[in-house]
Amino acid sequence: MDDSLRELYQEVILDHSKHPRHFGKMEHPTHEADGYNPLCGDKVKLYLNVDMDGRIADIKFEGRGCAISQASASLMTEMLEGRTVAEAEKLMGGFLHLVKGEDAGDLGEDDRERLDVMAGVSAFPMRVKCATLAWHTMKSALDGKSALEGGAPAKSE
Amino acid sequence: MTVHRAIAAFDAEAARRDFEILAKPVYGKPLTYLDSAASAQKPRQVLDAMRDFAASEYANVHRGVHYLSAKATERYEEAREAVRGFVNAARPEEIVFTKGGTEAINLLAYAYLAPRIQPGDEIVLSVMEHHSNIVPWHFLRERQGAVLRWVDVGDDGSLDVEAVDAAIGEKTKLVAISHMSNVLGTVTPLKEIVARAHAKGVPVLADGCQGAVHLNVDVQDLDIDFYALTGHKLYGPTGIGALYGKHAHLKAMRPFNGGGEMIGEVTKDRITYADPPARFEAGTPPIIEAVGLSAAISYMTAMDREAVAAHEHALLSQATDALRELNWVRIIGEAPGKGAILSFETEGMHAHDVATILDREGVAVRAGHHCAQVLMERFNVASTSRASFALYNNTADVEAFVGALHKARKILS
Repeated sequence: MDDSLRELYQEVILDHSKHPRHFGKMEHPTHEADGYNPLCGDKVKLYLNVDMDGRIADIKFEGRGCAISQASASLMTEMLEGRTVAEAEKLMGGFLHLVKGEDAGDLGEDDRERLDVMAGVSAFPMRVKCATLAWHTMKSALDGKSALEGGAPAKSE
Repeated sequence: MTVHRAIAAFDAEAARRDFEILAKPVYGKPLTYLDSAASAQKPRQVLDAMRDFAASEYANVHRGVHYLSAKATERYEEAREAVRGFVNAARPEEIVFTKGGTEAINLLAYAYLAPRIQPGDEIVLSVMEHHSNIVPWHFLRERQGAVLRWVDVGDDGSLDVEAVDAAIGEKTKLVAISHMSNVLGTVTPLKEIVARAHAKGVPVLADGCQGAVHLNVDVQDLDIDFYALTGHKLYGPTGIGALYGKHAHLKAMRPFNGGGEMIGEVTKDRITYADPPARFEAGTPPIIEAVGLSAAISYMTAMDREAVAAHEHALLSQATDALRELNWVRIIGEAPGKGAILSFETEGMHAHDVATILDREGVAVRAGHHCAQVLMERFNVASTSRASFALYNNTADVEAFVGALHKARKILS
C-alpha cells in the first residue's frame, strides 16, 4: 500500500473515527459552536464546559463527517479535557502548523506524540480542512463565534 | 450484447488516443478518469484548433476593420453557427455566448425573469437541480418575493411529469428543470414537461449542462424556451457556454451586463441596445474559447453519437452490476433510461475517504454533495461518491474503479 495512505489511515485514526470519544450532546454547556465545511457538507457541533478557573472541565461533540474529521474531533476532545483555555489555544496553534507540514512549535513531548498521528494529513492538501474543522470550531466556541459560515452566532456564557 | 454492439460501432480506443492526458500516470499509476460530469478532458483537436486560431487568425471581434479582426469575427460567428446546429436552433441569433452554464442561467434570471416577478409569483424546479439552477431563483425569492415550488423525485430518482404538471399553477412564471441530473443521471421527460407547461402558458428552461453531452438536443422538437449549456463538459474549453433562447423571448429581454458590443447608440442622456445576441454579450467575448467549443462540437458530431451513448451505457451497466454485488454499497439514482453517471454511498465509509484512496490508485471520482444539497437532503445523505463516464472511458477503467473500491474497503474497515 501507498505509504502516505497507510500513514493517513493508521489504526489510531480509524479507531477514533469508528469509536469517537466524547461523542454526544451536552445539556448546559458554557460554550458551544457549529462548524461546517461547505466544500463537503461535513458538520460538527462542539460543546464546552469551562469552569471558574478557566479550565475545560467537560467537552463533547456531535457531527457527521469523514474518518479524518471525526478522528480529529475525537482526538481533540480527548486532549483538551482538563486543559486551560490558554493551553487549548496553544495546542490548536501547534496542530494547525502540524497538518500543513510545518513545525508545530513549542509543544510538550507527550502532546507532540499524540498529535503526530494526524501529521499524515499534510501529504493530502485537499484533506487538511477535514482535519482542522473541529479545531476551528473549538476556537469559535471559545471566542463566542460560530464557525458556521453565515450562521447565527453561538452562545457563550 | 450491448458491449459488443457498442465496440463495433464506436472505437473508444481510437478516441482515447485523442486525449493526451489519459496517457499520463498519476502517482505512478495509469489514470482512470471518472469525473467527466464535473469537467471533461479535451481532445487534441480542440487544443490544436485553439492554438492554431490564436497563432494565425486572432484579433478582437466585431470592432475592427482590419484583416485579422474580420477573420476572428468570422470564426466567432462560425462557432455560434456550430452551437446552433448542435441544438438545432432555428437561427444563430438565438444562441447567446456566456462564460458557462451558470452564467447562462443567471443571465436568464436577471434579463428575462426578474422584471416579470411580482411577490408571490412562482418558479417550479425539481429537487435534483444543481445549485446553478437553484441559487439564481433563491436570489429572486430573497429580492422580489418569488416562491420556489419544489418537485420531488421518486426513490429511484425519476421525475414524474404529472408531479411537475401539478406544481405549475396560475402564478408560475417559469419551470426550471435539468435535462439530465449531474448526480443521479436521471434524464427528465423534457418534451412532455414543455408541453404541459405551455398548455398553461408557462415557459421552460432546461439546464442542459449534462444533457447536451450525452443526449441529442433538438430545441425545436422540444419546443423549449431556453436551454443552457457549458463548453467544458462537452470536451471543449472552460470559460464558454451558451444560452439558447427563442428569438421572441430574447428580443423582449432587457440587457444583462453593460459595456461594449451590446449597445446601439450611447449619448450622455440616452442609450439604445443592440439586438440579440449582441445585446447579451457585453465586452470582449471568449473568442479563442468559442473556436475551441466549435472544434469540440465538430469532434463530437463527427462520431455516431448513438454509438457513443451505447458505449457509455455499456460502461455504466458494467459498473452498476459490479456495485450491486457489494452489500456495503448503495446506489443512488436508478431511474429507467438514466445517463452514464453513477452515484453511490458506501456503508461505514465516508465519500471523501473513499475518493482519497481511489485517487492514490489513479482513479479520479467526485466526492461530496455535487452542488446539489437539496437532493442530498432528499436522499438523506451528507455526500456521495460519483463515477461519471465519457466517450473515452473503457472497461479497464471500470475494472480499476471497482478494484480500488475494494481496496478502500480493506483500508477503512
